[in-house]
Amino acid sequence: MADLSAGTQIPQVRVTPDKYLTARYAGASGDFNPIHIDEEFAKAVGLPGRILHGLWSMAQVARAQTEAAGGPATLKRLSVQFRGMGVPEQEVVVTGTVREASDGRVIVDTVAEQAGNQIIRNAEAELQV
Amino acid sequence: MRRPDKVDKELSPVPVNTKAIGKTYEPTTYAVGREKIKEYARAVGETNPLHLDEKAARDAGYADVVAPPMFAVVYSSPSVAPSLFDPEVEMNFAMMVHGGQEFEWGPLVVAGDEITTTASVKDISERDGRGYYVFESVSVNQRGEQVCRGTWTNIVRGV
Repeated sequence: MADLSAGTQIPQVRVTPDKYLTARYAGASGDFNPIHIDEEFAKAVGLPGRILHGLWSMAQVARAQTEAAGGPATLKRLSVQFRGMGVPEQEVVVTGTVREASDGRVIVDTVAEQAGNQIIRNAEAELQV
Repeated sequence: MRRPDKVDKELSPVPVNTKAIGKTYEPTTYAVGREKIKEYARAVGETNPLHLDEKAARDAGYADVVAPPMFAVVYSSPSVAPSLFDPEVEMNFAMMVHGGQEFEWGPLVVAGDEITTTASVKDISERDGRGYYVFESVSVNQRGEQVCRGTWTNIVRGV
């Protein structure tokens, strides 16, 4: 388990979604919205190309918390705002800072960014450790 | 002096239809499969053996592989998706973005569990020309324990 005292940063999660990630996540999650898997469709609706599923990005934020705190049972709550658009083949970086820690209850302010743009912002995690 | 466009905006009625607030949808039950958990865990990059190896999960005291918390998306979507598409909600998909998401978790879900989810329309409102459509999902396991409560916020531009 990482140091989760107030003011400390949790270990970063860095992951580069490969070209076919959105297809695998679509199958795993059941979300086959074509903006995530069809380049032509995505461009036709004004996007730069296929975009990442916001809930995949949120899962990276969740993973940063559970890896820091010692497993899936530690994550009690996670709320996020989706902003901007994540894209395949660019590194996603999840960072977080412990805001409060008392009696085993830890609150983390956390974000995910890609090339300096926040794709998940104002996220707050509650951990039980 | 007030500009005419501002006057028009102030005089126009709230353009979102709020009649669906409180509407609850038919529950769905999702049977959690071992290989589905592993498939999901690999897709989101999980490396914790609790999600990928039933022996490691059993050695840790679980009945089978453990679902990552965000697997809530998988078992609750069959209930949430029809609420999003409900014509009575009148959500304009062409202009919609998934604006926010919250999950609150209870006991962990493991392969073999049966998760029943009920979705409802929690709130519909308008601010600054945007419609906010908030849905809630409540998921319980076969023992009646609440394993997850989800709050799904969709934002529609230009309502």
